Amino acid sequence: MVGISSFGGYVPRYRLNRMIIFGSMGWLNPVIITNARGEKAVANFDEDSVTMAVAAGMDCLRGVDRAGIDAVYFATTTAPYRERQNANIVAGALGARDEIRSADFAGSLKSGTSALLSALEFVACNGGRAVVCAADSRLGKMASTQEMVFGDAGASVMVSDQDVIAEYKGCFSVSHDFVDHLRGANTKYNRMWEERWIRDMGYAKFIPQAVQGLCDKYGLNPADFDRIVYPCIYGGARKKINGLLQAEPEKVQDDMLATVGDSGSAHPLLMLTAALETAQPGQKILLVSYGSGCDALWFEVTDNIASMQDGRGVSRWLARRADLDNYQKYLVWRGMAPAETGIRGETDKETRWSLVWREHKTILGLWGGRCRKCGTQQVPMQRICVNPDCQALDEMDPVYLADKGGKVFTYTGDMLAASVSPPAVYGNVEFNGGGRMLMDFTDCTVEDLSVGMPVDFSFRVKFYDPKRDITNYFWKAIPATGEVK
Amino acid sequence: MAKGIRDKVVILGMGCTKFGERWDAGSDDLLVESFTEALQDAGIEKKDIQAAWVGIHIDEVNIGKGATYASIALHTQFIPFTRVDNFCASGTEAFRGAAYAVASGACDIALAIGVEKLKDTGYGGLPDSPAFGQEVVMVGPNATAPGMFAQLATAYSAKNKIPMDKLKEAITHVSWKSHQNGAKNPRAHLRREVSKEQIMGAPMVAYPLGLFDCCGVSDGSAAAIVCTPAVAKKIKPNDPLVKVKALQISVSSGEEAMFDRWDGASVITTRTASRKAYKEAGIKNPREEISMMEVHDCFSITELVTMEDLGISPPGGAPEDILSGFFDLDGQIPCQPDGGLKCFGHPIGASGLRMIYEIYNQLLGRWPEDRAVKNPKFGLTHNLGGVPTQNVCSVAIFGVD
Repeated sequence: MVGISSFGGYVPRYRLNRMIIFGSMGWLNPVIITNARGEKAVANFDEDSVTMAVAAGMDCLRGVDRAGIDAVYFATTTAPYRERQNANIVAGALGARDEIRSADFAGSLKSGTSALLSALEFVACNGGRAVVCAADSRLGKMASTQEMVFGDAGASVMVSDQDVIAEYKGCFSVSHDFVDHLRGANTKYNRMWEERWIRDMGYAKFIPQAVQGLCDKYGLNPADFDRIVYPCIYGGARKKINGLLQAEPEKVQDDMLATVGDSGSAHPLLMLTAALETAQPGQKILLVSYGSGCDALWFEVTDNIASMQDGRGVSRWLARRADLDNYQKYLVWRGMAPAETGIRGETDKETRWSLVWREHKTILGLWGGRCRKCGTQQVPMQRICVNPDCQALDEMDPVYLADKGGKVFTYTGDMLAASVSPPAVYGNVEFNGGGRMLMDFTDCTVEDLSVGMPVDFSFRVKFYDPKRDITNYFWKAIPATGEVK
Repeated sequence: MAKGIRDKVVILGMGCTKFGERWDAGSDDLLVESFTEALQDAGIEKKDIQAAWVGIHIDEVNIGKGATYASIALHTQFIPFTRVDNFCASGTEAFRGAAYAVASGACDIALAIGVEKLKDTGYGGLPDSPAFGQEVVMVGPNATAPGMFAQLATAYSAKNKIPMDKLKEAITHVSWKSHQNGAKNPRAHLRREVSKEQIMGAPMVAYPLGLFDCCGVSDGSAAAIVCTPAVAKKIKPNDPLVKVKALQISVSSGEEAMFDRWDGASVITTRTASRKAYKEAGIKNPREEISMMEVHDCFSITELVTMEDLGISPPGGAPEDILSGFFDLDGQIPCQPDGGLKCFGHPIGASGLRMIYEIYNQLLGRWPEDRAVKNPKFGLTHNLGGVPTQNVCSVAIFGVD
């Protein structure tokens, strides 16, 4: 049996009430009031599609031995690199081995389900475990519909041939060069064609087409499905599609537009994650993506589902929220408006790739070492054990620390350090199991911290080099998000 | 068995520039200024100096690498001249080079000089640099010096169960006292007394350190000419001589940054260097025997923990000592009688030598009564470089014979 064996979600902590956008930009484009319901999730200044994919992947891989991962696929339309495998950054952060398959899926909003289908086919052919991580952080121009509708999030599923919680039963795809939304290779902001056309000739046509194709292929009726998961940013189209699918409202998964916004490539998987949190054994799940066509996938929930309904998934991230109280902060964080960060913000930090490669286990995966002689855990990996009473030479076993958690040892909030979210909060963290490291804190204020407080680790953008268009990543400490059962 | 350099090195002369925003002076001008004073004080000629060390940390600003900038500024005539950098302890490291040269018998007379032209960096505070290597650029926090030292306060508060407002009261007294002293010193950069209310109410730089918890940013240079006791007796037969009683340096092992033993509220190297220095100087009870101190008060909290690390205050007892006036100019052990880094600012390469300059002149009784330490016997300097998790600490003790 091949299917989904775990899932994880991620929604960034900060939420921007859409009325704040309207209040700031309604003067320019009053019609955006029609989308000014609820809030959208906004990636922190140090988050992007890679980091949100990792966060969702970490959620998905709780309790999973990283050595058992055989493939890592990353789907996004907002990858930081056009040449450098983004999926390898994700895989490195998730602690996967080097001997795996990896691939980036891009180009359309259905890239998330394309990656999922590839993972299912990978496991069907090879067995093992494949992890799919999808995330997006798309930008609309100030006062655009896209700015109102889009939100940032990540989602992840693990596919395997063991411990399956939702068996993969079949799929049907349609692919169209239907250009409703687009971004050229050198374009930052999303551009769209007329919305009525997108609504009526896009969503309302292709989603039913894909579902009908799936049903015809497997002798199903749309009414056979217990949970129907598909993204659609238009309420009118949604009603029409639900009617065509004979879907009673309680079967249709919430679109999360009022809480997250349209998270692009991640969105179908994000909604699937939410569905799996409460799915019951025996239920048939229909998952449909949308973007340059559709993928329709059919899953059947197994008895194993209860073992994964342990708190993982999107709900706890939705609950971990803070208001982003002003629009200007959002503009600066998303790089839409230049902000003065002083002379320290202009420091030229050149990336030395040979160093990055040499230290990639530390930088991507927060790997440390554990001394075989004395058991002392330490990071970064040392050749000579740091324990003054040991000092053994070359006796280290690598240890993956990113999922270990720790606690605050010292901390401060620094107003002098260059930051677009001052003060820069950082301090010494003690890893559970031993070892300390001085690191940045994020998703918190200095008032949130105290010595001894538990923390988790979150993969973040360490710094961006605008001169060379290089995004560098490392781990930061965040207040512990609560134990998963 | 090595015995250290106690009584083997005499300070023959010293110089120190006015510290401050020396917009009109380059590093070369500052070097000449402190050197000229030191030469006059020593009563020798430039050609008598046989070797020299210059302490500079931020080579990118004016100085470049190596020592040729300094040798050319002073036009020394082809003598050995070496640049040393060991973070903010570079001034004392230059002094160590010169002192070891004399103590070893390699030279009769040697020069230690330090300079830094921070006001050409364009920064408030020290400029950003990959000071801890390129790997730290990739994984280290987005940190500054005040933020690194501020963490001593959060750890100290937690360890000693002293609420932060109480601790803030004590470190406020540290800065208040130094401003009182600095106001009297014509060579200090910041020469205004400030009220405790001003200190407490200043904008936050790095929690819990406000503006007045941080030392100034200045240009400056200081210099010392050292020689053997025999040479000193020849040159200054009738003068009291300031001798090096101890000079010890301790450098981090990585234990602070990576291992689970350090308490986060102290500086291990200060403890190590001071214990070795007391032994070298023959001091059994520093709280009773040390007459005055110039310590590395880059931040008020640094001075507070240093009082315990030096073994002057008992563990957890520094706030009480500080608030009781123990370290005030009229207290039992005046600390920062010249105003410290707080009022002089911290032109890195110069600071360690500036501390020695104060102790040297106090021991010789050269200062006016309003800022003179009464009957000093032993003066201690403590020059700390780096950050609490990885650093260099030098502790030197001087006495007059």
